Amino acid sequence: MGRKLLLDKAHIEGIRYYDVYRKNGGYAAAEKALKSMTTDQVLDEVKKSGLRGRGGAGFPTGLKWSFIAKPEGVPRYLVCNADESEPGTFKDRYLMEFLPHLLIEGLLISSYTLGANATYIYIRGEYAWIPDILEEAIAEAKKAGWLGKNIQGTGFDLEIYVQRGGGAYICGEETALIESLEGKRGNPRLKPPFPAVKGLWQSPTVVNNVETLAAVVPIINIGGEEYAKIGVGKSTGTKLISACGNINKPGVYEIDMTISVEEFIYSEEYCGGIPNGKRLKACIPGGSSVPILPANLLLTTAKGEKRLMNYESLNDGGFATGTMMGSGGFIVLDEDQCVVRHTLSLARFYHHESCGQCSPCREGTGWMKRVLSNLENGKGKMSDIDLLWDIQRKIEGNTICPLGDAAAWPVAAAIRHFRDEFEWHVNNPEEAVKRNFGLAHYADPLPVPQPVA
Amino acid sequence: MADEKKLFKVTIDNISVEVEPGTTILNAARQIGGDIVPPAMCYYSKLQGSGGKCRTCLVKVSKGSEADPRPMPKLVASCRTTVMDGMEVANITSPEVIEARKGVVEFLLLNHPLDCPVCDQAGECHLQDLSYEHGVSATRYEFKRRTFDKIDLGEHIQLHMTRCILCYRCVFTADQLTEKREHGILGRGEHAEISTYIKESLDNDFIGNVIDVCPVGALTDKTFRFKNRVWFLKPVDAHRNCENPKCCGKTTLWMRGEEVFRVTARKDEYGEVEAFICDVCRFEKKEAKDWVVEGPRKISRTSVISQGHYVGTVKPQETIQKVLDGRQPKLLMDIHSVSQVNQPNVDLSKIDGPAHSDDFNKKGVQ
Repeated sequence: MGRKLLLDKAHIEGIRYYDVYRKNGGYAAAEKALKSMTTDQVLDEVKKSGLRGRGGAGFPTGLKWSFIAKPEGVPRYLVCNADESEPGTFKDRYLMEFLPHLLIEGLLISSYTLGANATYIYIRGEYAWIPDILEEAIAEAKKAGWLGKNIQGTGFDLEIYVQRGGGAYICGEETALIESLEGKRGNPRLKPPFPAVKGLWQSPTVVNNVETLAAVVPIINIGGEEYAKIGVGKSTGTKLISACGNINKPGVYEIDMTISVEEFIYSEEYCGGIPNGKRLKACIPGGSSVPILPANLLLTTAKGEKRLMNYESLNDGGFATGTMMGSGGFIVLDEDQCVVRHTLSLARFYHHESCGQCSPCREGTGWMKRVLSNLENGKGKMSDIDLLWDIQRKIEGNTICPLGDAAAWPVAAAIRHFRDEFEWHVNNPEEAVKRNFGLAHYADPLPVPQPVA
Repeated sequence: MADEKKLFKVTIDNISVEVEPGTTILNAARQIGGDIVPPAMCYYSKLQGSGGKCRTCLVKVSKGSEADPRPMPKLVASCRTTVMDGMEVANITSPEVIEARKGVVEFLLLNHPLDCPVCDQAGECHLQDLSYEHGVSATRYEFKRRTFDKIDLGEHIQLHMTRCILCYRCVFTADQLTEKREHGILGRGEHAEISTYIKESLDNDFIGNVIDVCPVGALTDKTFRFKNRVWFLKPVDAHRNCENPKCCGKTTLWMRGEEVFRVTARKDEYGEVEAFICDVCRFEKKEAKDWVVEGPRKISRTSVISQGHYVGTVKPQETIQKVLDGRQPKLLMDIHSVSQVNQPNVDLSKIDGPAHSDDFNKKGVQ
């Protein structure tokens, strides 16, 4: 049983409300930080904790915070990125819905550290009911003196505003989010300048994921060094994983990054195995944009080691044989799933969500979708597979924001690992629309490369 | 000279140049000039904030700077990346860049109708130049191309959304030159389009400049539409005293004989205007007497617009003046149509030997 830091109190009835949250040790971290620590001390604790951004990129949070420019007389802003739109990821929704005060406490400590007096929660438009929960919690916190002017007599002022998005995936990209927050069209900005220098309203801004900001609370409570002891290597602390797909127990799980992928999928404590006795075919371990892996590469790395649920181990082997931790949207596919169809649905998503600002992504995502649609519907040609590869290669790295990469990687990985399934679709067009390719050899143990003497 | 600004040395395709700090790679390359200048479809030096979108100007930074020699991990948009001291950039010497640019050109042409034969922009279209230089001869796209409904933008400007490459230049132009922007980008992704929200007309003072900044034939001049091909016209520099204080009044007239077909701002070798002009100059002054002509506009020798405008050619001499030798006849007529000598009813081929006046004698006719 892994240690829980974020969801340890989630089962308590009424934890959504201030009184219950406070009675169960809530706002203790905020009290500690605001009253007994300097901003540098808090920053130091976060740095020591080794906390990495939970939104997908895994950038060290303490380092990000230390980059913020501090010119005189210019306000600084903290923006909480709650535009969680990656297919397969729903961990932030859970946090905000059931533990809104944990987020607010995290925002309070982070804003104090960064010297921000106004903080925005930019929430995805489709989460229609959550802004009400957040706003209610903000009102409660304000009434109890945790927000507003002169918080708890410390002289620190903070207002938290909730901003609803219009329902665009691209607004989860930090600069597009800032544009949208300013009331403009949500097009990503060109970097540099980075938000830490010129962000919201041309002022220094830090944009962090909901889970990252919530994780600041346990870091202050138990101390950065204690937090860093959980997990392995550079993957410290706990991570929320939202598991879905062909598993017995879909849901949000807090893991401590030392368990193996196999344990996560099959143990009763977590996903509880695959329903109906089916076998595992493939998995996307970090939200839709990370590369898909076949079962054999998912459970063991190319070196033959057990793959663990953490940043380094999932990334082992790079894009050739590994994948990424991403945002923790764990999508499991059993033997009945068709990878071509699955890739098509992802390509359709990225085509729909491309902002249309830069040419490779605007034109390329639609092209990939159409070619994949042909392949899926039995109209594909063998050359289409190479064409897809060529398109994704020309999108990747050539766009303004990472959406281009995110659209290219799933297609690249699907072709890299499941090429014979694509070829089967071309060679058996009639069969391909009636049945799936099945498991094939994707779960066969891989030959372990022997070190060359 | 202590107050002299330190210049940054930047090397582009092994050619070094010293530029002011804050210059972009693209502008540094333009200072060198020639083949190494990356093409730019969306960047426009006169419009703030433009650039970075079309990705045709991608270059490889093989050395970040003297202080931090690490190369940049990805190709960068040269129009928006500023130079650092000691930076080394590879444009046409990098196969990676050529490959990426080829990809971008393919993406840009994917949904472009390629209706150049009926497009008014043909001959001065940046996309035409770009695809000529970097494109491939055939498309790999097998699907229906995207089309848009026609939108009426008023009496002066014609919008062909289907040809648009979404460079955002016209949006920046309207933002920065006119009082109020009435058009913008609607929709997202492939469906993004230039449009006014509820089909308004564009009639700001300076809105006509969107035609000049448009790199393709998406925004064209309605007063010139289908009147002529640009390469049949002769561009001349002209000016007038414009009443509008913001307008420079310096334009290029596109003429054929004495007729002014259209008026544009003066464009440099990168297709950028020297100064913006107002809509009165552009749309309403279409007669030669409105303008003071300065002289022919210099057009690149390689441009199709230069065809037929050869420099230093000698006109063939008219012989009639010489023949008349100072005489000034009151009436010149074509003798063939009035001749009483040549009778049409006589078939000359049937006459034996050279024709004699007798052959034409009425009596001689059998």
